[in-house]
Amino acid sequence: MQYLSPDSIEDAVRILSDQANGCHVLAGGTDLLVRLRSGLTEPDVLMDIKRIRELSRITREPNGLRVGAAVSCAEMGEHADLSAAWPGVVEAAGLIGSTQIQGRATIAGNLCNASPAADSVPALVAANGVARVVSAHGVRDVPVEDIPASPGKTSLAAGEFLSSIFLPDQPGRTGDAYLRFIPRTEMDIAVVGCGVALSLDAQGVCTSARIALGAVAPTVVCVPEAAEALVGTPVDDTALARVEEICSAAARPITDKRGTAEFRTHVAGVLARRTAKIAAARAGEKA
Amino acid sequence: MNKIHVTTKINGDPVEYLCDPEDTLLDVLRDQLGMTGSKEGCGTGDCGACSVTVNGRLVCSCLMLGAEASDCEVATIEGMADGENLHPLQKKFIEHAALQCGICTPGILVAARSLLERNPDPTEEEARYWLAGNLCRCTGYDKIIRAVMDAAAEMREAS
Repeated sequence: MQYLSPDSIEDAVRILSDQANGCHVLAGGTDLLVRLRSGLTEPDVLMDIKRIRELSRITREPNGLRVGAAVSCAEMGEHADLSAAWPGVVEAAGLIGSTQIQGRATIAGNLCNASPAADSVPALVAANGVARVVSAHGVRDVPVEDIPASPGKTSLAAGEFLSSIFLPDQPGRTGDAYLRFIPRTEMDIAVVGCGVALSLDAQGVCTSARIALGAVAPTVVCVPEAAEALVGTPVDDTALARVEEICSAAARPITDKRGTAEFRTHVAGVLARRTAKIAAARAGEKA
Repeated sequence: MNKIHVTTKINGDPVEYLCDPEDTLLDVLRDQLGMTGSKEGCGTGDCGACSVTVNGRLVCSCLMLGAEASDCEVATIEGMADGENLHPLQKKFIEHAALQCGICTPGILVAARSLLERNPDPTEEEARYWLAGNLCRCTGYDKIIRAVMDAAAEMREAS
């Protein structure tokens, strides 16, 4: 195995197109190094993207914030603008593993690892996140929910890699939140996760919403019907009861060591209701 | 296989080493540089026994390649005491008997120092969450937390 650490996107793209099938991209490495050491993956080339300066930054763009693929979850939590605009995304990123893991792990890596239980992914989907994919053929922007294809597999083609995730600005009164169920308080993998982002008008009526569920299907589940049940309402108990019902119905979980399908189906609804309530409260606090 | 030449700083000293691409930073510290204070517990980032800081950021050295440490500032448990003078955290760990077998202790000390550098006055809850990635199978954690809180108080008074 060869270790390469290009310092520009152009060099990274060149390495990837030369080595399309044998190259693995290394961001934080908190998933990849475990797989390497256990022999689950044996790449010819490991391409470390952390020396590429523009991928190691959170950048303000005219219409939103761009989080580079090499930005650690810890750095996200320390970024004042990002934390103010997207507290739900930041809290989801802050739930990935321990302090030590957050010092290395990235949301781009969390997305590309393609675990159905990835914490940051439902929050990113709710936030309408857009993944930027680069290759020798150029740049394409893809909704975050289209990146995971199945457990452990992404929709990225050979020679492509994910360079950043863009979080588009929302109307003033927008709030987001992420909740997960785990049987302990810390350091665990989601049994169910839920991300909600919603906007309110001046009267407190919901004008738009996005709801996504994790760990209840092979990939993240976006639930537009549940979001529609919120639009036009003051996010009251009646609307939240509809959200709960629709999200439980949208869950298609398996039974495994972390929980039964029945339990996950129930929890998906409960979490969706609670998460929407937090997102609405956060939106309401904004001027 | 081509070895990678790495120049970096460990505990303030310039260090050079040659490593294989798959060598972790922990492998390099222990097997090449003889710095065996950082321990390998799980090798998968769950236990925190290999905790070090890299550019001031707490990480598991088992989840980082030796090659990735190029041009960094690495701090390990070996740099914690000032010669014969133990760091206040080390003294408090002894005072409170916050260790038994000792395998987790270097990682917990490094992690606790990293906490107190960022937050000199943590609540007990903050300390417990910060150290959630450092597993100890002996103490039940209470003595560790007491030692950290006591060291924090003493360090605040001294500063």
